[in-house]
Amino acid sequence: MVNRMQASQSTVDPAEIAKFEAMAAEWWDPTGKFKPLHMLNPCRLDYITGQIAGEFDRDLSAQVPFAGLRVLDIGCGGGLLCEPMARLGAEIVGADAAEGNLPVARIHAEQSGLEIDYRHTTAEALAAAGEQFDVVLNMEVVEHVADPLSYLTACRQLMKPGGLHICSTINRNPKSFAVAILGAEVVMRWLPRGTHEWSKFITPDELIDLLKNSGVEPVDRKGFVFNPMSWRWSISDRDLSVNYVTASVKPD
Amino acid sequence: MDNPEAAVILRGMKTDSDILIVGGGLNGPALALALTRTGQRVTLIDTLPEALRKDAGFDGRAYALALASQRLLKAIGVWDRIAGEAQPMLDIKVTDGHAGAGPSPFFLHFDHDEIEEGPMGYMVEDRHLRRAFLEALDEEAGIIQVDGTVVEQNTGHSGAEVVLADGRTLTAKLLIGCDGRSSGTARRAGITRTGWDYGQTGLVCAIEHEKPHHGVAHQFFMPPGPLAILPLTGNRSSIVWSERTATAEAINALSDEDYLAALRPRFGDFLGEIRLAGKRWAYPLGLTVANSFIAERLALVGDAAHGMHPIAGQGLNAGLRDVGALAEVLVLAARRGEDMGAAPVLERYQQWRRFDTATLALATDAFNKLFSNDNPLLRLGRDLGMGLVGSVPALRRGFLREAAGLTGDLPRLLKGQPI
Repeated sequence: MVNRMQASQSTVDPAEIAKFEAMAAEWWDPTGKFKPLHMLNPCRLDYITGQIAGEFDRDLSAQVPFAGLRVLDIGCGGGLLCEPMARLGAEIVGADAAEGNLPVARIHAEQSGLEIDYRHTTAEALAAAGEQFDVVLNMEVVEHVADPLSYLTACRQLMKPGGLHICSTINRNPKSFAVAILGAEVVMRWLPRGTHEWSKFITPDELIDLLKNSGVEPVDRKGFVFNPMSWRWSISDRDLSVNYVTASVKPD
Repeated sequence: MDNPEAAVILRGMKTDSDILIVGGGLNGPALALALTRTGQRVTLIDTLPEALRKDAGFDGRAYALALASQRLLKAIGVWDRIAGEAQPMLDIKVTDGHAGAGPSPFFLHFDHDEIEEGPMGYMVEDRHLRRAFLEALDEEAGIIQVDGTVVEQNTGHSGAEVVLADGRTLTAKLLIGCDGRSSGTARRAGITRTGWDYGQTGLVCAIEHEKPHHGVAHQFFMPPGPLAILPLTGNRSSIVWSERTATAEAINALSDEDYLAALRPRFGDFLGEIRLAGKRWAYPLGLTVANSFIAERLALVGDAAHGMHPIAGQGLNAGLRDVGALAEVLVLAARRGEDMGAAPVLERYQQWRRFDTATLALATDAFNKLFSNDNPLLRLGRDLGMGLVGSVPALRRGFLREAAGLTGDLPRLLKGQPI
């Protein structure tokens, strides 16, 4: 029993492994530091899986519906999106510019028995290396980059013709300032202060223009809305006032 | 956790199944069927050899299935196997009875024509329901059925394992305890329970009667406890009769003839001559609620989570609501690629069911306390209350929809929809 269930261990220093395990536990603790992300995650996944299933004609009740699809998650963090994609059968690459996240994500994937290719790299570097994907996940990243258009252009270069680009971010208006910065960072302390710089937030119209200019064709936009009564997130057709998401395809 | 070291071991493992269900009563098979139909790999562990479970003689036990429960059974392929042997409940009459004095003039009358969905429920004999479940399980190739007793269980980062008395070990992503009020699954996980004893015992039997029941269920509220007469097929009814435990024990010790003699004056002669049609049963009544419905890689369902006073036949109905809710939470998680046994997923099930269950348990308890009382003021109050509810159609429809299990945040399977 013990032998059969023993995990395959990497050859890293045990003290380092213990540290990364503790960090992985933190990333994956639904009530811990990343609680807001865990709360939003089912809603994000509903959108992402629905869009991929629609675009590539897959049945989500099948065992491995995303088999054969190559997916990139930019800014993968602890792997909150990569692991579900791997479980659904996708060949997934998780990229993060923050080096510290990668061993944490790797340890957790190993604990979960999932195969995920985590890389310390950027979208621009992957594009320069000629990598190609069916799906590019670009969730809550664009509001942090210095030059959104050149970043989104790199994302387009990473897509195969007919590929799908899912991009989510935060709107720029008084409400988003109140909710995302005053609410999430200052009052609730959900996010470290200084996580967001409000002036970098992008309105849906601006993002749609940026996406078009990057060379993809926006096909959908929805809001992610937090309901403080049910304490749950849901997808909204109309309310894009704070968090929102877009889907675009690369023309053949 | 029986073996703390196992937590370190249970990681990165490939499991035998997705879901391991302990307990082959009614909720366990229902959940197994609901999950298998959506492509999950399920193992069902029961302690009874199949030959024993298939014993088909009528033993006097029956269930009042709410309409919502019937819909779930239909969705998982069980209902069509028992539809022919189910008795629809067309009317419910609630009366504040008083032994020796006859029923009070105020009573509630619920007619199924008042809700659009049809009968508010069905009476189904225990043996028919069990047979239907076994047939459905045997036809579902995806379910691995294991006869055995769990002697040890361990959960860890990415899975759960149980060790059976014969030494076999089974692993899964999630362990589900459907093993009743004294759930070993809950105990082994260190989940404590809260509960109390009502000092009452439910006497259960089936009777044959001279006159037809016309599909009417009767509930008499009497000082020692409620008496329900629930229509079975033919000229038969199921009796659920609550008495103070000392009285119940004395009644249960009587011969069949004296037992009937004790029963007769309690509901009068509107069904004509009566005689026993099956065994007699006695269940001590009490409430026991698990202090958590979930633990690491583990969830509790049905009586393992909440054993209730069976006053309104809500035990199985509440269990099937758990089944519908848990199946929906797990299947939606699987479709999103989430880890079905992970804490955030299990937390959704707990949030959905714990409030609902606590409310029902407390309401049932309060209801029982209100009606199991001979205080003349309370009696007048409830007679007037019944008169009021009975005379206001909207209130009556509300009660009726509640009894049919159509209120609250219903899982899709209980609305008759696929997950």
